Amino acid sequence: MKRFFKSINVRELLRPLGQMIAFALGTAIFLSAIVLLLAILLDRGTVGQFTMERFKISLFSYTLANLPQVLIDGLTIGFVYAAIALGYTMVYGVLEFINFAHSEIFAVGAFVGIEILIALDSSGMLARASLGMAYAFLIFAILAGMIAAGALAVAVERVAYRPLRGAPRLVPLISAIGVSFLLQDAIRLVEGLTTGQFNRIFPTFGNFDQRLIFGEMALGASTVTLGISIKSIIVIVVAVLMLIGLNYMVNATKIGKAIRAVAQDRPTASLMGIDVNRIISLTFLVGGLLGGAAGVVYALKFTRIDPFVGFFPGLKAFTAAVMGGIGNLTGALLGGIVLGMLETFAGSYMGVFTMGAAGTEYKDIFAFAILILVLIFRPQGLMGENVSQKA
Amino acid sequence: MAKRSFAVISLLMIASMVLTACAGGGGGGGESKIIKIATQSPLSGDMSVVGVDIKRGAELGVEQMGTALTEMGFKIELAPFDDQGNPDTGVANAKQIVSDPAILCVVGHYNSGVQIPSSEEYHNAGLANVSPANTNPKVTTRGYLEVNRIVGRDDVQGVVGADFAADQGMTSAFVVHDKTAYGQGIAEFFRQEAEETGIQVLGFEGTEEKANFDALLSPILAANPDVVYFGGMYGQAAVLFKQAREKGYMGMFLSDDGFDSSDAAKIGGQSLLDGNGAYYSTVSGPASVYPGTAKFIADFKAKYSSDPQPFAAQGYDSAGICLKAIEAAAKAKNGEMPTRAEVAQAIRALKDYAGITGTVTFNSIGDPLMAKYFVIQVGSADPTKWPENPIVQTLDIAPPAP
Repeated sequence: MKRFFKSINVRELLRPLGQMIAFALGTAIFLSAIVLLLAILLDRGTVGQFTMERFKISLFSYTLANLPQVLIDGLTIGFVYAAIALGYTMVYGVLEFINFAHSEIFAVGAFVGIEILIALDSSGMLARASLGMAYAFLIFAILAGMIAAGALAVAVERVAYRPLRGAPRLVPLISAIGVSFLLQDAIRLVEGLTTGQFNRIFPTFGNFDQRLIFGEMALGASTVTLGISIKSIIVIVVAVLMLIGLNYMVNATKIGKAIRAVAQDRPTASLMGIDVNRIISLTFLVGGLLGGAAGVVYALKFTRIDPFVGFFPGLKAFTAAVMGGIGNLTGALLGGIVLGMLETFAGSYMGVFTMGAAGTEYKDIFAFAILILVLIFRPQGLMGENVSQKA
Repeated sequence: MAKRSFAVISLLMIASMVLTACAGGGGGGGESKIIKIATQSPLSGDMSVVGVDIKRGAELGVEQMGTALTEMGFKIELAPFDDQGNPDTGVANAKQIVSDPAILCVVGHYNSGVQIPSSEEYHNAGLANVSPANTNPKVTTRGYLEVNRIVGRDDVQGVVGADFAADQGMTSAFVVHDKTAYGQGIAEFFRQEAEETGIQVLGFEGTEEKANFDALLSPILAANPDVVYFGGMYGQAAVLFKQAREKGYMGMFLSDDGFDSSDAAKIGGQSLLDGNGAYYSTVSGPASVYPGTAKFIADFKAKYSSDPQPFAAQGYDSAGICLKAIEAAAKAKNGEMPTRAEVAQAIRALKDYAGITGTVTFNSIGDPLMAKYFVIQVGSADPTKWPENPIVQTLDIAPPAP
């Protein structure tokens, strides 16, 4: 037992936690500084008057009062993006190919989790469940979603990618897009045949919908409450655990060493006695597990899913992976947090800053414009160069 | 080899074109006595809960009211199409529908955004369309002879919503819509009327977001309006409302007839009852509101073992209007198969068609002379109790002059 604890590399457990805190704080401070600066500048012009008229408060105080909630929301969605982005980046690190079917693997995880909970709900077990049992059921659903998504990811690799491994780079990419559409319609078919409708709703149980209130802030004539819902906390906790676990596996275990070896030089790794096919399957399995868990917590947070649920989170997570530097685990984490924050900041403040002319609906333009800027000035992504190791 | 297969394919194409042309022009010429009524509604996807019941209503209608035509020697069939609530799919289906000469009338569309482009196809082919649910003004204001509806219009419905909010003493509103022809249209009518009645509109936002409304909710919560209005469908509206309540908004939610589905309660649950509650305006009350629907509800339950969703009764009536008009047109021709143009004219010429949802006469552009509007409150978090939602207001309003 003692030896077991000794064998745990504490440094590798703490490092990603430190990174997360640093990234979250860094992004938060950076973006907050920008919006506050903007608010001070705009406060003198017509925008300030407009805010004064509408909310009976200066633009600066408006921005400041909303800031904590925006940060919490941005961080929550950022962690979801990061967890999905890891699946893209793992596969890219090892195979240098983008697994576009990952968004559907995410969706399958969400569906498996939600179907299990709906079944439990209709048998009445969720309504009777105590708080502890409710959490047990949720964890069970997350695990089931992970296993289904992981198994699917491995199967997809075996069927659609492995036969194409020697082919030109575009070929597996097209195959991945094909698999993505196939899986979308397969979900539709299965749900259509078994339940007759394919938008599924996360059952209400436990205390996940409750909101912890930290305080209230006066905002002109009204007040805004500052708080975080329990399900947001669950999303963040699940994502943080997965990120730490993955980082530990890749950087501090023998399997991780093998993954890194395959990522760096496949032929040499195979000469050193590493079973390359097994390691690649394993990479897909891990990516699938993360995607599946992200799917279930996504369904928990946002209540309603359909077979196309994977598309936008998948696209955003892919963007996050590219922004952070694809192939780089730390980069995916940073990219996810930055993108989630950017999106939430843009969505929350654009409306006021432009006096209602360009509102929340344009938040994606803003986030993707930043992506283009990052790619122009740092084509390798934010973290692409600093860390040489892949996987 | 390639040349030869090309020749074969072109021959086949020519042959099929000739065949359709013959069939389309001659209307079967009496030898085929099959008449089909097509339905178009979302049978799969988000909105299938309502879409399937529009089809079922029409199916029941054809079964029960097709007898007059059967006695004249025709065979009546229903041809259901799934438009998936998607304009592209709707238009593709419409092309298929107009190329089938046996189809004389289309009951259809749940979404105005789908009906408007699809009905261009019906119009070009002279095929009659009776809409059970489309409320965007443009459905009829294009003035097509073929296009009719049996429900009210958004330029009235948006006004009904805003007037209701004003009656309840609301002084500020935040308006959100889904950027579709339907949702944005009704949201704009709501905004106009709200401003006229003195409600301050604190924001007007469109969103295609389906899951994460956090960013949109920040300005809403900061503005803290008395009422949040959503122009669009329940799939988005209920998620938005639930997330708003979770963030502590306690004001009133107000939406439109797109909100009228038991799935809204499934998604929103208790959050629709908390605070100042949730209301929606609609052009279609629960089937039980209409005096003539008792038998329809019983038959529907017996056949499909579930309560009819909103617009099922309208589907039944639309099919009835189609059948009545085809019958009239056929009688005028001594029992011969009527053409599409004759059916379209016969629908416009119907006087006081006694449907289960009311008596219908169409004006010169295809709006009913008098339409019902309701404001309904969500009364229970239990989706099975959705049809029992209490009606707060019932209004009979004529459409704006064409």
